[in-house]
Amino acid sequence: MEDFLSRLKNGPVIVADGAMGTMLQAAGLPLGTSPEGWLLENPDPVVGVHRAYVEAGSELILTCTFGGTRTRLERAGLHDRVAEVNRQAAEIARQAAGEQAYVGGDIGPLGEFLKPLGKIAYEEAVDIFAEQAGALVQAGVDVLYIETMSDLNEARAAVEGAQRVANGIPVTITLSFDSHGRTNMGVKPEQAVETLLPLGVSAIGANCGATLEMTHDAIARMHETAPEAILIAKPNAGKPHLVERQVIYDATPADMAERAREFVALGARIVGGCCGSTSEHIQAIAQAIGVKQT
Amino acid sequence: MSDILNQLHTAVVAGETDPARELAEQALRASIAPLTAIDEALNPAMEIVGGKYETGEYFIPDLVMAAEAMKAAMQVFEPALMARQEERQVLGTVVIGTVEGDIHEIGKSLVATMLSAAGFQVHDLGVDVPASRFVEQVRETGANVVGLSALLTTTMLGQEAVVEALQEAGLRDQVKVVIGGAPAGPEWAETIGADGYAENANEAVGVVKQLLGI
Repeated sequence: MEDFLSRLKNGPVIVADGAMGTMLQAAGLPLGTSPEGWLLENPDPVVGVHRAYVEAGSELILTCTFGGTRTRLERAGLHDRVAEVNRQAAEIARQAAGEQAYVGGDIGPLGEFLKPLGKIAYEEAVDIFAEQAGALVQAGVDVLYIETMSDLNEARAAVEGAQRVANGIPVTITLSFDSHGRTNMGVKPEQAVETLLPLGVSAIGANCGATLEMTHDAIARMHETAPEAILIAKPNAGKPHLVERQVIYDATPADMAERAREFVALGARIVGGCCGSTSEHIQAIAQAIGVKQT
Repeated sequence: MSDILNQLHTAVVAGETDPARELAEQALRASIAPLTAIDEALNPAMEIVGGKYETGEYFIPDLVMAAEAMKAAMQVFEPALMARQEERQVLGTVVIGTVEGDIHEIGKSLVATMLSAAGFQVHDLGVDVPASRFVEQVRETGANVVGLSALLTTTMLGQEAVVEALQEAGLRDQVKVVIGGAPAGPEWAETIGADGYAENANEAVGVVKQLLGI
């Protein structure tokens, strides 16, 4: 396969994957079990989710390591197995991707505040992110993919930690805009771009988010702030609502495909889905903007 | 209102911890009654902070810093209240936690912080809390409010389990149950027989007060 960074720079657009956690629950992940711990004993369902996305047209699948930092794994009693969990998840993703898709080493937020709001010092956060990223790099991921960030300082720490161990692998980052057009910590899309792009990330963007409109607005504002920036859009499948005791996200695959076209027009070079999105959403996105028509 | 209380109010709204502490000390030295300071400066300041959060002028860091500033001032006032054999009015007793199987901490803690700043006595049970723990704590503390957080579509069912456990324990009528978390909503509250739903930490204060008729 072509080198990930050159594909990202030269196109065509890369279709990413959709939600992981909800798909795993459908595949048998017990209530309250951390996916990262579960996959150590149950790799097959995780491979199954990755495969479903690859078959739907994803050319970038993300490792099941959103909670793969020491702080998050601690809650599942797995903090001394950071390297093992991340390596295993990366190997599972690689196995599912084959030669059909790139593997993004997924890095999520710590789940705790940094100082001064919380107890974690900036330097400590950098080390925690570097520890996870290092394991993902060793397992051979194509990109270190940081997502769902809200705090600009934590985002910087994640980028710094990832870059410390990246060894030439690109680092990308997306934030979640869910509060009056900003992240819940008050970060504007413009600020995110102005602070994080100069650090040398290969792409920046928005994922999750309160609504498709808010993510769209964030992408538009990022594009306006830095027209040359390579952007990423991986929004939720709309808003959750309740149907017969089940939470359903209201955007259809066709809605997501329509949005995907708009994101590409705004400079997005990676497009996928977040909470509530399934392989059907990804298939529709791939048919709209992807290379691999399924 | 005195100059000192005005400045204290401003310091809390701005989330300035050290000035808030110093101004609280100044207030005591100027013989301002601690309850007066709380009623005239601290409580209204937190209401303004909540309002700014609702309108998108303030975000989570502003809420947390303001609550910290309020706490710093309260730490000065509390010994003074004790010495005068007075107490800040306790609006109610809340048992709060993230339900079993769910380890999301931040949202729940913010709600706890804001309720505490508003004058509730808050017992925060942390995350991944089994229904039986909520029941025990309600029994032990005589709480009249239970706050249940769940951030996952699957763990939301844990909120229902707590409502049922409270029912079985014969404690359901003693408490108002308020739920929150990304996938939850007012319909879910209704479905599981909770009393209310709050979208965010500031709204939680309003919902709880309303349910208690405060």
